[in-house]
Amino acid sequence: MKKANESRPKLAVWKFASCDGCQLSILDLEDELLALASEIEIAYFLEATQTASDGPYDLSLVEGSITTAQDLERIKTVRRQSKALVTIGACATSGGIQALRNFRDVNDFLAVVYADPGYIDTLATSTPIADHVAVDFELRGCPVNKYQLLEVVTAFVFGRKPMIAAHSVCMECKMRGNVCVTVAQGIPCLGPVTQAGCGAICPAYDRGCYGCYGPQDTPAMSAMTDVLDAHGMSRRDIQRILSTFNANATPFLEESQRHGTADD
Amino acid sequence: MARRTIKVEQIARVEGEGALHVDVNDGRVERVELNIFEPPRFFEAFLRGRDFSEAPDITARICGICPVAYQMSAVHAMEAACGISVGGALRELRRLLYCGEWIESHALHVYLLHAPDFLGYPGAVEMAQEHGSLLQQGLRLKKAGNAIISILGGREVHPINVRLGGFYRAPRRSELMALRDELSWGRDAAFDAVRWAGELVFPEFERDYEFVALRHPTEYPMNEGRIVSSRGVDIDYYEFSRVFEEFQVAHSTALHSRMRGQGAYLVGPLARYSLNFDRLPGSVQSAALTAGLDQECRNPFKSIIVRAVEILFAFEEALRIIDCYEQPEESAVPVTPRASVGEWATEAPRGLLYHRYETSSNGSILEAKIIPPTSQNQPSIEDDLRTVVEGNIALEDDELRSRCERSIRNYDPCISCATHFLKLNINRRGGV
Repeated sequence: MKKANESRPKLAVWKFASCDGCQLSILDLEDELLALASEIEIAYFLEATQTASDGPYDLSLVEGSITTAQDLERIKTVRRQSKALVTIGACATSGGIQALRNFRDVNDFLAVVYADPGYIDTLATSTPIADHVAVDFELRGCPVNKYQLLEVVTAFVFGRKPMIAAHSVCMECKMRGNVCVTVAQGIPCLGPVTQAGCGAICPAYDRGCYGCYGPQDTPAMSAMTDVLDAHGMSRRDIQRILSTFNANATPFLEESQRHGTADD
Repeated sequence: MARRTIKVEQIARVEGEGALHVDVNDGRVERVELNIFEPPRFFEAFLRGRDFSEAPDITARICGICPVAYQMSAVHAMEAACGISVGGALRELRRLLYCGEWIESHALHVYLLHAPDFLGYPGAVEMAQEHGSLLQQGLRLKKAGNAIISILGGREVHPINVRLGGFYRAPRRSELMALRDELSWGRDAAFDAVRWAGELVFPEFERDYEFVALRHPTEYPMNEGRIVSSRGVDIDYYEFSRVFEEFQVAHSTALHSRMRGQGAYLVGPLARYSLNFDRLPGSVQSAALTAGLDQECRNPFKSIIVRAVEILFAFEEALRIIDCYEQPEESAVPVTPRASVGEWATEAPRGLLYHRYETSSNGSILEAKIIPPTSQNQPSIEDDLRTVVEGNIALEDDELRSRCERSIRNYDPCISCATHFLKLNINRRGGV
């Protein structure tokens, strides 16, 4: 293990509106965590340590979306302190499931949850980090794949491009050797339009992909929903499956709106 | 007369964001507030209008550390609404999945978040140099828990295999048997963990909590049981809101809970253990007693021993389930929606997790209510802090602040669950 006083790249991990699952993925690297910590300095990672070194940081990992006025200011401070900024997970890259408020009146939402909404400070929208500051790389997924996360951190530390495939879950199924759940069992599946990275887990468990990695770069959305429709999905269910953890991602959002609103 | 204020702006090694504010005047504690400032995400609001089958996947996203707990409370509450119950091998698999989450979540807390408080480090990574083998053991235990969730659930965080009525695919017996060697190692290592935790040094601190947990006729509780308390509450799920109520405070985006007409109560490992000691297997009971626990534990600092005991129990239970497992013919029983109300509570790693749903005949969710353990424990955490500050008023601010932070970490609070979490501000006035 390297000594603490040797110069190592400084890593910071930041949390905005989120469930903690993506930063937990770092601690879920049970076999790699200690090796990682010897190669890089964990300079700020509140969930793991009280140690908090000041910036600048070589790499900031940002989890969560922007939902309050304070967080909007905080992300700008984080950006100023970071040589590279990588967003991790569906909340940070698309606004997360809390972006469902974007299509409704947030005051109605407040009134459902809180008896006295006046105390609560919140913005009307939940938005991705890239809407507010420059982002050097976006790692998708709800949650992220921990090995992809390790690859991204390693790549930034060594100053190379992360090797993260841009193809669809459909391709991952072929590589994994899964029998297609739509063709063989008639199960509706978002695999053709969803960003790869999970390892095509759902089809491997006899379930259709539900799009938690968000849209891939060039999704054929209307062709996709024709197939969903042909396999028995109602308009209401198509609208819903596109309005979950990446509801605010443009291709999912537009196609979802073509199938009505949540109130239908 | 000077006023003394102690603040912790951001509490470390907890899941989510919070702060602490304490005002002391003339040596008397005037105010203790656990500020939860994590932004609200409005799950209960946007669940309205969703399909009943979506509840387990959507509510899992409340918490990345205990998604299985949300999935379990959601499926049980929905099945209750639809008037079905799931038995046999599928019931056992749900319990197995929960064993994985208890191991993973408790090992994370015991070794990475809580142990540094006892060993004098700012975090686990800083412990690596001098306590490398301890940390390696903790990570391996955690990994064994995660392995159960990955095999059965598809992945560690937000598993994909849970559905109303059971699972999308039931594992083959051989898939579960592949876990057996590592789980046997885990059971042996967990005996060591209980012994190790028992040898730590604990502050003298006990409070007369009202414990609340599930109680099952034969099992240590996970998925089902009556809701009981150490002062005589003994109710079904549907009576929850008659006995407990939520209320809002200005300093937290998480709602608090209290027992109607009574006040604070405690859920989580201490409550579960103290109310269900007699439901633990003999080998686990004797490990606990040998480590210095009584059949009841009222010292929250000793929760690290109780979590180790529950890790041990979860390994034993997982092995029992795997050894008896036969793959069921069907991976799920059909669940048909109806206009109804379903309520349930299960034992998340941090304690009782209550869900209530009102559904329509076409399967839409009309109303959702979710009460996570950390919300329920907030008043108890504040009461602990008050007692800690009053009993240690002579300490310097830094030492007192550190004692307060430790008191909070005893709870393994999940602020993401509760909504968001923690600053400590201690205001001191007067001579102390």
